[in-house]
Amino acid sequence: MGAILELDQVYKSFGGVKANQNISMEVEKGAIVGLIGPNGSGKTTLFNSIVGTHPIDSGSIRFNGGEVSELPVPVIAKLGLLRTFQQTRVYGKLNCVNNMLISNKHKDDGLFTMFSRVPAELTEKAEKLLEFVGLYRKRKLLAGDLSFGQQKLLEMAMALMNEPKMLLLDEPTAGINPTLINGIIDRLIRVNDEFGITLFVIEHNMRVVMGLAQRIFCLAHGEMLAEGSPKDIKDDQRVIDAYLGVQ
Amino acid sequence: MSRHKISIIGLVIIGILLPFLFPAYKLQISFLWILIVLALTWDIQGGQMGYNTFGNILFFGIGMYLCASIQVGMFFPLSEWTASGGEKTFVHKPDEFFQGFFVGILAAGLVPAMVAGLIGYGILGLRGHYFAICTLGLGIAAGEIAGGVELIGAGQGMTVPPWPKGIGDTEFRSEFFYFGSFILMVITFLFLKWAYQTRFGLILNAIRDNEDKAEAMGIYTMRYKIVGWVISAFFVGIAGGLMGNMVGYIEPVEVAFAGATLGVFMILMTILGGKGTLWGPVIGATVFHIFKEGFWTFFLGWQYVALGFLIVIIVVFFPEGIMGWFREKFPEKFGEIVDEEDQKSSVEL
Repeated sequence: MGAILELDQVYKSFGGVKANQNISMEVEKGAIVGLIGPNGSGKTTLFNSIVGTHPIDSGSIRFNGGEVSELPVPVIAKLGLLRTFQQTRVYGKLNCVNNMLISNKHKDDGLFTMFSRVPAELTEKAEKLLEFVGLYRKRKLLAGDLSFGQQKLLEMAMALMNEPKMLLLDEPTAGINPTLINGIIDRLIRVNDEFGITLFVIEHNMRVVMGLAQRIFCLAHGEMLAEGSPKDIKDDQRVIDAYLGVQ
Repeated sequence: MSRHKISIIGLVIIGILLPFLFPAYKLQISFLWILIVLALTWDIQGGQMGYNTFGNILFFGIGMYLCASIQVGMFFPLSEWTASGGEKTFVHKPDEFFQGFFVGILAAGLVPAMVAGLIGYGILGLRGHYFAICTLGLGIAAGEIAGGVELIGAGQGMTVPPWPKGIGDTEFRSEFFYFGSFILMVITFLFLKWAYQTRFGLILNAIRDNEDKAEAMGIYTMRYKIVGWVISAFFVGIAGGLMGNMVGYIEPVEVAFAGATLGVFMILMTILGGKGTLWGPVIGATVFHIFKEGFWTFFLGWQYVALGFLIVIIVVFFPEGIMGWFREKFPEKFGEIVDEEDQKSSVEL
């Protein structure tokens, strides 16, 4: 299978801060890929560049065969490239089901779609996905009243509702207790397996990323430091140095 | 038929009977309907969408001036009308009056809607305080500009064509405008009730709660924001046209672009009743109007002090409004429940 996401010599700097320099990488369709690196190494910036939050300085980003580096966020999202956020972002004053309904992919934003009622089968789909992440019983609560971990699950369900081709997850297990982390890993693998969604995961928790990803990229100081299988990365002296510091 | 529907029908019947039960308060109640329209439409931005606008008064003023200008301009030269003090020189025949009125009201809805679309395209990209300040400027600027245009009477203002002689008495006139504003209020309410149940309503709420997320999920939020403002402007513009006719005299800063009074009231009423709810603006406007008129009657001279106190009390004790207070006390009545019955998979966190 071919690459779903290709980055070629992507540069992005904020004033004097060179957040991403000469990043080139490929993500295979249907794979689970990890992105690691110390704090401030440019992981989230790279995500933002990919989904179009800010324009990149130079380079090319191709998704599913088409150039996306100059497209705005909603257009890229519609192509099937979605991201979740490190700090959860849910619609706090709406209940979980409505959060899900909003996230459903719709044909267009014309007046007719805008003023159409939400069909009942969509609610069923939403409830099924909420059941999948384990939030079915809380579906009528306001999303803002859920705990942080539950919001992360809800965000994951919302992303699935949109039926993306590829999902960028920004630290899906940060701030979540260890027992539930297993549940999230398990669900992520099922998402990849059953829904066929390519996953690209930023993760600090080595246990998680080593268990989840088939291939790992490591960033340091905005540059691509290493890439390879989890085992390669684990044994790579440069990665260890970047994390622990060089003597 | 649901209880909600029955209560709406009941209120409509009461609304129809009111002018005959309390003929002395006809004009006051007509103003109340206008206020409810202003609160309902402000809530589209301020409540449902989370964009605090001070600029909706702009559409009110435009609608008011435009309606009056068309009512005059269709039959007489507008500049001479305003220069000569209007009705002293020119008299509308009954059919002229009504033709002018209906065309004027129509334009008072459509033109502000177009203006909202154009301005909205430019400034709805601003967020939070920046949007609020920008819209504040809009209303003030419009008042100043209107005060400088001779054609519409400049700072002196202009008179609206008076009720034509021979068509009923003054009672009939006030009943006409009473039902005009009542119908406008009911249509606005029903339209919004419907619109909030569609995808449009959901997305407005999404924009309020987290616009970045909505965009990240592939929603073109700008379109929804513009359409929302166009709807507001349409109804507010018509309200302005009606209000001009009810008052009979238009002045740029105090009546038309009355940002310091009506422009603030529409926000207060919505906050008092409960932002982001359908009934909140209706309840808020009613309570506010009763208090305000009470202050003007019983605390004359101190009315603005009393009003100021009311504002402080609203903001301190009812930040979420009357409906919001109920929602906090009885969340289960608003459908926020944990489905304990259902033993489907769940997580404990």
